[in-house]
Amino acid sequence: MTSLFEEVPVSIDGDIPTTRVEVKVNGERRAAEIEPRLLLAHLLRNGFKLTGTHTGCDTTNCGACTVLLDGEPVKSCTVFAVQANGHEVTTVEGLASSEQLHPVQEGFKDEHGLQCGFCTPGMMLSAVALLNENDNPTEDEVRWALSGNLCRCTGYQNIVKAVIWAGAKMRGEA
Amino acid sequence: MALDEVKIGGLGASRRRVEDNRFIRGKGNYVDDVVLPGMLYMEILRSPLAHAKINSIDTSAAYAIPGVRMVMTGEMMAARNLAWMPTLSYDTQAVLATDKVRFQGQEVCAVIADDPYIARDGVEAIIVDYEPLPPIVNPEQAMAADAPLIRNDKVGQDNNVIFDWEVGDREGTDRAFAEADKVSEISMHYPRSHPSPIEACGSIADYDRSTSKLTVYMTSQAPHIVRAAVSLVAEIPEHMIRIIAPDLGGGFGNKVPVYPGYVISILASILLEKPVKWIEDKTGNLISTGFGRDVYLKGEMALRNDGKILGVRMHTDSDHGAFFSDAQPSKFKIGLMHSTFACYDVPSAHLTARGVYTNKAPGGVAYRCSFRVTEAMYFQERMVQAAADDLGMDQAEFRRVNLVKDDDFPKRTPFGFLTDSGQYEKCLQIGLDAIGYDDFKKEQEEARKRGRLLGIGISTMTEPLGAGNSREYDILGIKMFDSAELRVHMTGKAILRTGAKTQGQGHETTWAQIVAHELGIPAEDIIVEEGDTDTAPFGMGTYASRSTPVAGAAVSMVSRKIRAKARKIAAHLLEVSDEDIEWELGRFYVRGAQDRGVTIQECAMAAYSNVPDGMEPGLENNAYYDPPNLTWPFACYIATVEVDPETGVWDVLRLVAVDDCGVRINPMIVEGQIMGGLTEAYAMANMQFITFDEDGNCVGSNYMDYLLPTAWETPGFELHEVVTPCPHHPIGAKGIGECATVGGPAAFVNAVMDALKHTGVRNIDMPLLPDRVYEAVQTGNDISGMPPVKTTDE
Repeated sequence: MTSLFEEVPVSIDGDIPTTRVEVKVNGERRAAEIEPRLLLAHLLRNGFKLTGTHTGCDTTNCGACTVLLDGEPVKSCTVFAVQANGHEVTTVEGLASSEQLHPVQEGFKDEHGLQCGFCTPGMMLSAVALLNENDNPTEDEVRWALSGNLCRCTGYQNIVKAVIWAGAKMRGEA
Repeated sequence: MALDEVKIGGLGASRRRVEDNRFIRGKGNYVDDVVLPGMLYMEILRSPLAHAKINSIDTSAAYAIPGVRMVMTGEMMAARNLAWMPTLSYDTQAVLATDKVRFQGQEVCAVIADDPYIARDGVEAIIVDYEPLPPIVNPEQAMAADAPLIRNDKVGQDNNVIFDWEVGDREGTDRAFAEADKVSEISMHYPRSHPSPIEACGSIADYDRSTSKLTVYMTSQAPHIVRAAVSLVAEIPEHMIRIIAPDLGGGFGNKVPVYPGYVISILASILLEKPVKWIEDKTGNLISTGFGRDVYLKGEMALRNDGKILGVRMHTDSDHGAFFSDAQPSKFKIGLMHSTFACYDVPSAHLTARGVYTNKAPGGVAYRCSFRVTEAMYFQERMVQAAADDLGMDQAEFRRVNLVKDDDFPKRTPFGFLTDSGQYEKCLQIGLDAIGYDDFKKEQEEARKRGRLLGIGISTMTEPLGAGNSREYDILGIKMFDSAELRVHMTGKAILRTGAKTQGQGHETTWAQIVAHELGIPAEDIIVEEGDTDTAPFGMGTYASRSTPVAGAAVSMVSRKIRAKARKIAAHLLEVSDEDIEWELGRFYVRGAQDRGVTIQECAMAAYSNVPDGMEPGLENNAYYDPPNLTWPFACYIATVEVDPETGVWDVLRLVAVDDCGVRINPMIVEGQIMGGLTEAYAMANMQFITFDEDGNCVGSNYMDYLLPTAWETPGFELHEVVTPCPHHPIGAKGIGECATVGGPAAFVNAVMDALKHTGVRNIDMPLLPDRVYEAVQTGNDISGMPPVKTTDE
């Protein structure tokens, strides 16, 4: 953050302690001064302006806020931002390079694995975590790996196909 | 050479979706993603009690928190005549409670603060003194003679009944029952459910004092209706209101009504002269916004021994919660419930309906359905199965006897709708063949001998999709039609805007396909915009599967207007008369000389550079489309299940779906809609419902209690298609988004009931939870899902 243009409060309330966190987000080192109660999802969305991470339910059920923390999928609405201090976070914005989509992104589009798009970033990150460990999963393995992510639009059948499509692409078969 | 329509992304192309390009990159733009300079944040305090008098509200501790800008109370709203607002069903709804709270989760105060965390701190600091009143949790209790009065705010309301309504032929139906060989009866409850899009509701109100303009970003499926409503309620001139519905994270009917949170954020922005963002949390969404269903049925069918239905009699009691805020065509009190039995030849029918207030959230939205048709078709198909069983007749054969035949169209339904097309028996047969009906029946019998309980359930239905026509369908007097505006630029590229509002249906992809079909402009050369009332033409929005039947038709019609003008330009360019011009996809040519032609793109260029004398330049137009009738898709869903009698758990073995939604614009998207709908159908049959305890506490107020199926439990689906074009739609399409949600639940429930046939159980209310199924198997009794009433006090 620059100090050139940043507005600061006229009077700072001394009761709220803040703490500095530094997180490597999508490969880039970023830092913020935050209240300890701030959730990781909100640091990403409101602090770092990475609004691809959605918050759906606040109770760790829907998985729309799923990001990778050191490669492991976590629901960022139930991780404090301070817990990510010194760690690496991957969000949906970090999946594609400017020229090349991630195979999971391609698969979701090609197999019509999304409709309203709200659950999609979290769903894709859970899929990426699965495929990083096992790029040739069975249908049941895909369904199990995604069972922490809710989708209300698709009925999952095309999401499963999309992940299997992406696995084939990662293996060089598609 | 005419173009290859599929190659240019026209009708019938499974074109990959345009909107996905941003969604897969995390670049969607949902309401919560919008940030305005100087924006404040709002949080709502909700009532913890279902029914209570408010003695006092103390907001001083909230005001003491640094960063809290304002605490809004009912009193403040009342001072501006905004404590109550009109509903879509000619009732009123409290915006912030003034006198008492009438359901758990009702809006009591709102805190506006510098950030959302402070706003929540402020909410927790407010002290409200409540005096509990006895809660009412079901219609029986609401109608009891000594029931406490929920709506004591309404002059002339001396009980909890909202309406008594009837439709059909009472005398004729009585005669049919007098002549019947057999009368089949069944009662059931379609439980309260919640559409629960993953994105909850929210708004950002931004009132600019310097221009007097109010801009509101809002999770709305019907932004133009909201603009009209805000104009009427808040007395702001309509041209000074701009409603922007950006990307929506699902809707399913939940985002049709106007909610108190929107209204409060608007007033807060006017008072504070700053943008105010309100983003509802999941619990707020589940306990206060538009639910679906919650209807009790008493159904009777008059039958002849050969299986012919002679008459149908139905009575429904519906639970509307504390305010009658159903989102439905205004003249029908219980939506399109009377579309029931539309696919069957039923000589006479009669429906009585009573609606009541209870201490529950208001709503009655069309949750992925065309106004109560989900209940209508579920009741129909459960009654059909019970009737077949009572006659000792095969359930497929019973349907065959009674389904409307292909050459009977147009056909009046028992309650007076006009169905116009379909191949019902063919759909049924395709379904039966796909599932292997006769073989399964044998397998079922064999399994039964070994103690395994297999079942097969069928659901066949046609439903009315696509309100209007405007003669019969209006909401608060606003006629139900829709619109499209098309501007073709000089290089032959185009922008299309409609009055509908996509929320996952893929309008940005499919509307361009309709234009491609009509004009031969490749779909990729057309961008589609919706949801901004300052730019989109007036329309009634997207719900009730009305986009393709109404707005989609308008897209066709506006394209044809463009083509008509382009034809004149082509004649001018080719130096022949209009009558000598022929059209093939994407190109006009001279009759008899096919090589002498001009493309639509050349006509577009000429429209801006070389128009004939006397013609206005430019190539743009709009169309308002008022459909002559509803569209009537047909569906046959067949489920096979296995029930474990030891646990009450049931598994879906197979689900076969045969859908006839007329011409399919984008088959990939249509199939996506069907699979999504089937999943919601499975959810309702299996796990998803909202109920209440005897104190009126909502059970199902978060995703730990309100169960939605994940990828793990959702079954696979086998899809089949039949195409009977809609005779009145410009491209022959019918609605499809909701068929599976509407017709699906009965297939699953009928299958489980078929598996339990030997026990004598006639009905288990949805959802068929393991404990309910287990209890039914053990006791042989029907299982009711009616919320229990407190019996101990008084």
